[in-house]
Amino acid sequence: MKRRGRMIFFLLSAAVFAGVYLWGLKGLPAVGHYRGPYGDVLNQVATYERHVTDIVTAVNFDYRGFDTLGEEFILFMSVVGGTVLLRRQREEEKSEHKDQALSDESPERQAPEPSDATRVLTLGLVGPLVVFGLYIVAHGQLTPGGGFQGGVILATAPLLVYLAGDLKKFKQITSHTLVEVAEAAGAGAYLAIGFAGLILGGAYLRNVAALGKTGMINSGGTIALINLATGLEVAAGFVLLLYAFLEQTLEIRLRGGK
Amino acid sequence: MLFLQFTILSFVAVTATAVVLTRDPAKQAIGISFYGLVMALMFFIFQAPDVALSQIVIGAVALPLMILLALTKIRRHEEEQRERKEKKAA
Repeated sequence: MKRRGRMIFFLLSAAVFAGVYLWGLKGLPAVGHYRGPYGDVLNQVATYERHVTDIVTAVNFDYRGFDTLGEEFILFMSVVGGTVLLRRQREEEKSEHKDQALSDESPERQAPEPSDATRVLTLGLVGPLVVFGLYIVAHGQLTPGGGFQGGVILATAPLLVYLAGDLKKFKQITSHTLVEVAEAAGAGAYLAIGFAGLILGGAYLRNVAALGKTGMINSGGTIALINLATGLEVAAGFVLLLYAFLEQTLEIRLRGGK
Repeated sequence: MLFLQFTILSFVAVTATAVVLTRDPAKQAIGISFYGLVMALMFFIFQAPDVALSQIVIGAVALPLMILLALTKIRRHEEEQRERKEKKAA
């Protein structure tokens, strides 16, 4: 009876939701028919005003750069919150077996060594991946991408090292103090570039750097600079989070456990 | 183009439903990874390559990984608790 009652309640709510949803959908413009004026205006003027070819990046990091600053600090605070939550608690301790510190201890649950094919593929991909990530960060003002996208791509590089089974190297990369410094520096640099705009141009985050030649990698003024700062912050932030999660899973156990 | 959009949208609907209907959390994490990939493709087809780029990494790699790691941790924790109890009983 309880099950049946729940089902009836679900079907009723689903029917009401479907009705309202479809009614709302009817009012939407057709796919590809943009109604607002702002997108069209920006498509017309952004390349001329900011010397960039990717208008999305121009909006994110210049016209609405202040919003993105908030977004970046949401990410920053999430990473800080995540690492604080996942810190070693009082009743927990690090695994005592030094050699197996980052692997599963009970022999029946021991993860199998990755095959040679996996190792070659993953380690071989680390280099290209880092280059690709840097490319995406540096070309945000020219093509789709930018600091956020390139940053997360860069952060997956240490993950490949982990997949290759090289836990020691993975730990060396991810637990480095430099990662924390890079995250803070990236977030701080965004703020600092904003203040540079305030001091030199009279408005916070005003694009005061040299705009360069449209289509070149050094074009876009502060857009390119902020993308670099964001790339640094996002990459370091995700690496920190990855390390915190992996450490919790693989290293930390309850005190007195085996 | 319309055909492509229709196809990818049905893919999103199918994979999303599959994720919801999967009961085992570990399998669900693999499913959500595939769903993330399909979502990235959807963003790309709907001409939002900026979003697609982030979606590939976050949706297909980072989110499933964190779910899997959390599951491992929970299982480990339960094992440890059980061992403790057995030790006390012995």
